[in-house]
Amino acid sequence: MAEASTELLTTADGRPLKEALAIAQSRAKRRAFLLVLPLLLFVLLTFLIPIGYMLKRSVEHDGFARSAPALVEWFEANPGFDYANPPEEAYAALVKDLTFMQTEKLTGLSGTRINYTVPGTISLFKAGARAAKDLQAPYKEALLAVDAEWARPALWRGMEAASSKFTTEFYKVGTDNKLGDNGWERGGDKDRIYLYLFFKTFLVSGIITVICLLLAFPVAHLLAVLPMSRSSLLMILVLLPFWTSLLVRTTSWIALLQEQGILNDLLVWLGVVGDDNRIAAMYNMTGTIVAMTHVLLPFMILPLYSVMRVIPPSYARAARSLGATSWTTFRRVYLPQTLPGIAAGSLLVFILAVGYYITPALVGGADGQLISNLISFHMTKSNWSLAAALAAMLLAAILLLYWLYDRLIGIDRLKLG
Amino acid sequence: MTSQNDAFVAFEHVQKSYDGVSLVVKDLNLSIGKGEFLTMLGPSGSGKTTCLMMLAGFETATHGEIRLDGKPINQVPPHKRGIGMVFQNYALFPHMTVGENLAFPLEVRGMGKDERETKVKRALDMVQMGNFINRRPAQLSGGQQQRIALARALVFDPKLVLMDEPLGALDKQLREHMQFEIKHLHETLGITVVYVTHDQGEALTMSDRVAVFNDGRIQQLAPPADLYERPENSFVAQFIGENNKLPGVIEELTGDKALVRLATGELIDATAVNAKEKGGKTLVSIRPERVEFKAEMMPEGAHMIDAEVREIIYMGDILRVVLRVAGADGFVMKMRNTLGQTRLDPGQKIKVGWHPQDARALDPM
Repeated sequence: MAEASTELLTTADGRPLKEALAIAQSRAKRRAFLLVLPLLLFVLLTFLIPIGYMLKRSVEHDGFARSAPALVEWFEANPGFDYANPPEEAYAALVKDLTFMQTEKLTGLSGTRINYTVPGTISLFKAGARAAKDLQAPYKEALLAVDAEWARPALWRGMEAASSKFTTEFYKVGTDNKLGDNGWERGGDKDRIYLYLFFKTFLVSGIITVICLLLAFPVAHLLAVLPMSRSSLLMILVLLPFWTSLLVRTTSWIALLQEQGILNDLLVWLGVVGDDNRIAAMYNMTGTIVAMTHVLLPFMILPLYSVMRVIPPSYARAARSLGATSWTTFRRVYLPQTLPGIAAGSLLVFILAVGYYITPALVGGADGQLISNLISFHMTKSNWSLAAALAAMLLAAILLLYWLYDRLIGIDRLKLG
Repeated sequence: MTSQNDAFVAFEHVQKSYDGVSLVVKDLNLSIGKGEFLTMLGPSGSGKTTCLMMLAGFETATHGEIRLDGKPINQVPPHKRGIGMVFQNYALFPHMTVGENLAFPLEVRGMGKDERETKVKRALDMVQMGNFINRRPAQLSGGQQQRIALARALVFDPKLVLMDEPLGALDKQLREHMQFEIKHLHETLGITVVYVTHDQGEALTMSDRVAVFNDGRIQQLAPPADLYERPENSFVAQFIGENNKLPGVIEELTGDKALVRLATGELIDATAVNAKEKGGKTLVSIRPERVEFKAEMMPEGAHMIDAEVREIIYMGDILRVVLRVAGADGFVMKMRNTLGQTRLDPGQKIKVGWHPQDARALDPM
C-alpha cells in the first residue's frame, strides 16, 4: 500500500488515473450542470441581478453630475474651496449649468439629487433655472438676488459631493446624518428616524421570534410524539395558514382585534372592559406583533418538528433511568438536541420578520411601521437611492446575523425540514 | 430458586393493557434473586419489553404489584428507582462527550467533582475504554458505544441493571464477545441483571435463568439446560433451538413413560410432560442431535422407526441429515463430523431412534 501511494497510479493503458477519472466523469457532470442550468438562470435573473442593481443604486446617482458639467469641472479644478464664500467663477459655472438644465429639462433630476442631502432644494433649483438665462455678471450678486439660499455652505458642499457619480451620502443619510453648513453631522433627536426604526424593527423581530419559539416548541414536540394519524391532523392545522391568502389572514386579525372588533365586543359584553375603554390591539405595535407572530409561526414549527422527530425517545428514558428529574432531562438532554431546530427556526423567523412589509403596512397604524415600510415609502416617492441604501443596510445586517450564526452554531447544522 | 418473600425483584399478578381491550401482559408472577442474571426471551410482541419498561418505570402496571428489594415501586418515578439501563440503540447523549455521558448520572445525584472523576475513570477502565473519555459518541464504533452505554449504566453502582436487547445492533462476532464481557461484569460486580432478548443463543449462553415469554405469559422459567433439554410445552420446545415434531396419540402411559403411536402406525418412546392422558393427542419433540441411527447406541428395548435419507448438508463441524420419517419430510438428524463417522447417502434407508427421556410428549399445538 505504501509503495503504491508514492508513485502515480495509471490505468491499464498507461494514462494517469486522475485524468482518466475526470474524462469518465465529465459527461455526468455536464448533464448534471444542464439540469440545474434553468434554476441558475432564474436565480441570476430574478435575484442576483436585482440585488446587484439595488446595491449599485445605493452608491450611484448621476442626476447632478450629468446636468451640471461646468460646475463638475470647476469643483475638480478647485478642491477645498471656501464653502462659506464661493468665488465668482463658481457662481458663473452654476448659472451656466442652471441655463443648461432649463433647456435640457434636467432641473427636477438635479434638484432631486441635491435634495437627498440638502432638503428643500428642488424648488430652489427650479426657480434658479427659470431665472438663469436672464442673469448678467456679476453672477454671484445676481443669483443671490433671486434667492439668498444659494449662498448656503451646506448647499455648496452638497453640490460638490454630487458632482461625482459615486457617493456614500445615501448611507450617511440612512444612518441619520445630516449635511450641515460645516459638513456632515449627527442629526438632531427629531431627525433620527432611520436608526430608530432599524432598532425598532430588530427589537420587534426579536420579540416575535421569542413568542414564536415559545408557542412553537410545545406544538412541534406534540407533532413529533403523537401517533401518525393524529399528528398529520395537527400538521394540517399548522400548515393551514400557508394555504390561506396573507391578505385574508391579516384582514381576519383586523376583524378580530380592532376596537369595534369581535374580541372587544366580547370583552365589553362580558363586562371585563368598559364600552368607552376598549382595548386598542390593532393599528399599533400590538397588532403588528400579533399578526406577524401568526403569519410566521409555521416557519418556527417546521424546523423544530423536523429536528424533534428524529430524537429517539430512548434518550429521555436513558436520562430518567440515570436519575435525572423530568426537568433536568429536558434541560440537559432534550433541549440541547433541539438546538439546531431552535436556531434554524429563529433565524428564519427573525430574517422574515425584519423584512416583513405587508402585515405592518395593513395593521401597524402609525406606531407599528417597520423599516421595510419606510423603504417602500421612499420607493413610492422615487427616492430610489435612499431606499436602496436602507435596503442594503438591512441586507448587511442580515448577512452579519447569518455569519454570527455560522460562527456560533454552524450553517451545516441548519435544519429547515 | 427464591421465594416471593426474599426476592430482590418481584412481579405479583402484574397485568398491562395499552388500549383497555387486550392484555399485553397477562398475570405475570416472577421473582428474581439478588445477583441473578435473568433473561426474558420471546418473540416480538410477547410482552417481554413491556415487563422491562414496567420495571424501569416507563410504563405503569394496569394491575398488580412490582417490588424492588422488598419495597413496592409502582408509584416510584423512574429517576428514583436507581436502576441502571442499557438500551438497544445505546442512547448515548450525542451532545456530550463520553466522560460527560458517564458523569451525568453522578452529577444529577449531586456528587462532587473529584469523586465523579474517580468513578468515571473506574467505570471506563472496567470496559477497557479509558482512552476514549474525550470522544463524542458519534466518533465511536457500535461496539465501543455499547461498552460506554454499559459503563454509564454501571457507573452509579446500581443494584439492578436492565438491558433491552443491548447487542441487537452488533455483528455476530462482536456480539459473542460482548456476551462474554457482560457475563464477566455480572460475575465480578455481583449485580442483578434483567436482560431482554429475542436471540435464544444469547439467552442460553448468558443467563442463570431464562423466562420464555409468549402471548403475555411466561411459558417456562428455568435454567438454560432445563429449558433446552426439558421444555415444558410445545411453544418452548419449538422456540428454543431446533427440534423435530412428531404428532401422535398416546398408546400407553406408565408413570411418565409414554408409548406414542404415530399417524403411520409406528410406535415410539417418549417422556410424558404435559400430555398425561391415555388416548390423548400429543406432539413429540426430539432434538436433532439426540437422534440416533446406530442400533448399538440405543438402550435395550427402545423402539426404532424407518427413515429415508433425503438430503445431507455439510456444515463443517456437523452433518445435517434431512430424513423422511413417519410419512413426512423435514425430520432432521445432526451427526458429528468425526473421523470414523458412518457415511450416509441420499435415498438410503435407515432406522432411527432415541432415548425415551430425549423425546418429550407435549401438548398438541
